[in-house]
Amino acid sequence: MESKTINDEEFDLLLNELASRYGYDFTNYARTSLKRRINRLLIIDKFPGFAELLFKVKNEEAYLHRFIQEVTVNVTEMFRDPSLYKTLREKVLPSLGTHPIIRIWHAGCSTGEEVYSMAILLQEANLLHKSLLYATDINPSVIENIRRGIFPLSSMKQYSENYIASGGKQDFSTYYTANYEGAQFNKSLQTKMVVATHNLVADRSFNEFQLIICRNVLIYFDKDLQDKVLTLFDGSMEKLGFLVLGAKENIRFSTIDKAYSQIEPNEKIWRKIN
Amino acid sequence: MAEDKLAEYKIVAIGGSAGSLDVIFKIVEALPQQINASLIIVIHRKSSPDSILVNLLSTKTSLPVKEVEDKEALLPGRIYIAAPDYHLLIEDEHSFSLDSSEKINYSRPSIDVSFESVAGVFGKAVVGVLLSGASVDGAKGLQNIKSAGGYTIAQDPASADMGYMPQQAISFGQVDAIVNGKDIPAFIKELLKK
Repeated sequence: MESKTINDEEFDLLLNELASRYGYDFTNYARTSLKRRINRLLIIDKFPGFAELLFKVKNEEAYLHRFIQEVTVNVTEMFRDPSLYKTLREKVLPSLGTHPIIRIWHAGCSTGEEVYSMAILLQEANLLHKSLLYATDINPSVIENIRRGIFPLSSMKQYSENYIASGGKQDFSTYYTANYEGAQFNKSLQTKMVVATHNLVADRSFNEFQLIICRNVLIYFDKDLQDKVLTLFDGSMEKLGFLVLGAKENIRFSTIDKAYSQIEPNEKIWRKIN
Repeated sequence: MAEDKLAEYKIVAIGGSAGSLDVIFKIVEALPQQINASLIIVIHRKSSPDSILVNLLSTKTSLPVKEVEDKEALLPGRIYIAAPDYHLLIEDEHSFSLDSSEKINYSRPSIDVSFESVAGVFGKAVVGVLLSGASVDGAKGLQNIKSAGGYTIAQDPASADMGYMPQQAISFGQVDAIVNGKDIPAFIKELLKK
């Protein structure tokens, strides 16, 4: 049987509805990837066709939330790309440590695995007490998880390996308590987290930071929107602040490129030099 | 359209899993120094920070070999490798995009995802090649390439370290040619001459 897919016209119609009705503007998202997410939703939510999906999105606000949650990608892990965290430990944190207050923005942080990873790094560097970690995402339901601080127990083996590869010296299991299927992370890691919804497409800057981390979020945007968001980051970045992107993301297509220099050839960490 | 007569292939999309590296090396080695098509290679492998595979492949050809970054330009005459831990999509005729969403068929990159995406953008200008593997990944994607008018090749399962993956594609009945692994390089070279 042919699988259901939406055509360009339907795709544009849906995007217009989402923008005009709800203010969720997906028009500058990378098209192929977003289309794939929507086609996937047609299948998993068993819609007979596009018309039924559109009707539901237009008329059921509860479904809108599910739609946003499912079409935005919420895949993340702790200490993903351990060598990056090693570089953060060795090259970035010593510099941040010279500030009286450290402000870090995790933009598009999804369920918060990277925010907890950073809190662990800061605690081990004895910097957590003077840090503020702003954790934001477009999706209200996923950031609830940051407040809970519970992650799947089944992932802990992988995360523990990542942690050790990142230069971690503790027993990783001291950071959480196993509770049925969940690993409840120590509340002390949470004390410096500020959790909020923020839409990178529509919302403005809300502070100045010495470190902005936005990994594997820009890949879902087209080049124009990437540039717009990178400009937002630049406007929210203190002089000599650090910008961290995903392993296969780059600022070279952007207008902010000239003001930043990559601190290590193999790591996606840039420092604002101008 | 005038293109119909020529049917020039712009993309050779290659999917491989366990036991496929050897054939991939030989394909790359056999390519002429200049080609108009691009190769897009999706291999299941463990995530590693350094690009050993890119370096190894570069020693076999003078064509540029690159692990794909997000929004990278898709240029003719190049060899593109899907980065570990990202699905590789074609954004339009001139650029890639990456996607780090759920694994498909336990795989990221998934061959199905890339094949379907290539088929959607390049249609009949695609040659799809599915090599050795123990996964179900790729069979559906090869079907997508075929239905979009492309040309599809499966490695003869008898010649593969792991025959399961190409066998899946063959059982879907959407394969134009079943080719012994050692003959695939010359076969592709011939297709690109047209």
